[in-house]
Amino acid sequence: MSTRELTFAQAIREALDEELARDERVVLFGEDVGAWGGVFRTTEGLYEKYGPERVIDTPLSEEGYVGLAVGIAMTGMHPVPEIMFGDFITLAMDQIVNQAAKMRYMTGGQVAVPITIRATMGGGRSSGAQHSQSWHAWFAHVPGLKVAVPATPYDAKGLLKSALRDPNPVLFFEDKVMYHKIKGPVPEEEYLIPFGVADIKRQGGDVTIVALSRMVHTALAAAEKLAQEGISAEVIDPRTLTPLDEETLIQSVCKTGGAVIVDEGYTRFGVTAELAAVIAKGAFDYLDAPIERVAAFDVPIPFSPPLEFATIPDEERIIQAVHRVLEGRRPQ
Amino acid sequence: MNNRNPLPIEPDLLIEMYRRMLTIRFFEEAVFDVYRKGWMPGLAHLSDGQEATPVGVCMALRPEDTITSTHRGHGHIIAKGGQVEPMMAEVMGKVSGYCRGKGGEMHIADVSLGILGANGIVGGGLGIAAGSAFTAKREGKGRVSVAFFGDGAVNQGLWYETANMAVLWKLPLIYVCENNQYTEFTHWKKLTAGEGLATRARAMGMPGVEVDGNDIVAVYQAARELVEAARCGEGPATLVCHTIRYGGHHVGDPGTAYRTKEEMEEWRKKDPIQRCERLLVENGILSPQEIEATRTEIDQRIQNAVQQARQDPFPPIEEVHEHVYA
Repeated sequence: MSTRELTFAQAIREALDEELARDERVVLFGEDVGAWGGVFRTTEGLYEKYGPERVIDTPLSEEGYVGLAVGIAMTGMHPVPEIMFGDFITLAMDQIVNQAAKMRYMTGGQVAVPITIRATMGGGRSSGAQHSQSWHAWFAHVPGLKVAVPATPYDAKGLLKSALRDPNPVLFFEDKVMYHKIKGPVPEEEYLIPFGVADIKRQGGDVTIVALSRMVHTALAAAEKLAQEGISAEVIDPRTLTPLDEETLIQSVCKTGGAVIVDEGYTRFGVTAELAAVIAKGAFDYLDAPIERVAAFDVPIPFSPPLEFATIPDEERIIQAVHRVLEGRRPQ
Repeated sequence: MNNRNPLPIEPDLLIEMYRRMLTIRFFEEAVFDVYRKGWMPGLAHLSDGQEATPVGVCMALRPEDTITSTHRGHGHIIAKGGQVEPMMAEVMGKVSGYCRGKGGEMHIADVSLGILGANGIVGGGLGIAAGSAFTAKREGKGRVSVAFFGDGAVNQGLWYETANMAVLWKLPLIYVCENNQYTEFTHWKKLTAGEGLATRARAMGMPGVEVDGNDIVAVYQAARELVEAARCGEGPATLVCHTIRYGGHHVGDPGTAYRTKEEMEEWRKKDPIQRCERLLVENGILSPQEIEATRTEIDQRIQNAVQQARQDPFPPIEEVHEHVYA
């Protein structure tokens, strides 16, 4: 297999390009996704290639165009609305939570709602409290939705292509900080990555670090530093929250005896809490220390860089959490 | 026969309209009865009094056209061809219901008939209707989408957001506002600035038409004109039908605290079914005996549906986890 290096944004764009070419039912919607190519350049050139009928500039009406997309999905197409800043998804909540997620169930299985909602997440750009949030946990709480949180260009492309072939509503979260900063190998050949399969991003034996989206890279950097201290950390990326590959998480913790869970969303009632519950139940007899959670502080994301960087998990907080796990380890 | 006002529609069509309106009326009365006897769980939102609007509009549609409905949706479902047996079973939460008991009285759907679901969120179906219109335009086969909603939904943002896109993109979408005068327990004029949705629709750049929503012929003619224009690619339109619900907001509300007896008596004089019966008899389409026979036949069918639904089983518990994902 021949590979080349793509940025995260290029991988997303390539997945959209290939699926637009493969399936004429796929239509993209969003604010400036068309002629402008997307504010994060993830749809660059697609308007020129597929035309204004398939790559559609919408008014600034998140509820309206997500709602429209729900109806399009119910009538046999596969719309892909984009939420430019994930924070704006609040405007479309009814259409996602009360309409898209429930239509199949409420109709006793009469309809499918194949809609892929792409939304950004992630802070660290001094964009303030309304352009920096990570709301993926909300959607993992809602039955009927699937949630993907890819960390690498390879995963992003393979998962997005799977989402575009999934008959269910999928929330696809892309950390905007990764778009142009994260590069990685992507095969030339077509491939898909199934939902619900975690990926072991780094093998290790002393502690398990579970991380998702951009936090995978922060966790890998922390693991590298820990290795210099002689601590071998395993880094696991669930890649999708719904469905969740519980088995891979549990098996890793059974092996290492300790777990640190890292997420850029909020701490309280967040992804880290759910994953900790899964691990606590599945690996209870193997845990040598309390599970540690490293997530955003429970504050609106601040503007000023020192405050913002303190809020979002970094390598240092992960390393400290690993140390607490290892120190808390009961004597064998 | 009265030849001063020649009947503007085909007699067979008027008979079918009458039958569907009567089916709605008797269905709603049966649900009221079923609710009071404790044979159904939850709430019941009835539309008796409003029958001419859904029937007049849906008779202007083709089978492949789609509709979205509201929490007060039984009339829309019947008007678009929904069958009372699986409807009544759904109301009672039975497995033989349209949605296997998972939707309930507020969420009846038959996608095979183009009924894309009733909706418990006021205005919540407007996006679905606009999306169906988008797909219809792309298919290029002249299919049309109708969104039914009430006077409460005209102040939801989704109406303006979808109307804007529908006008911009010339979607074959007909907004049908059934103004039954009361948004829950408050008169619509206390809640809605200006002169109502037809004016607002015109400001958005689409036709805004108002009709007597209790006049089956007027509703049908207005709907037909707008639907055919949308079919031909002229884009969306709004039809406001003025009507009344005889009952309260739901069965637990008698609807008497916020409406006067006189007001309701005036509305009763404009009853859509009585007007239709007069039209049928005066034009010699049905005799009084045939009217009576039709009433008996439809009433009997609905009573049978009630009895059958009562006997039908609830869904097996295993189904609780089914249909979450496709």
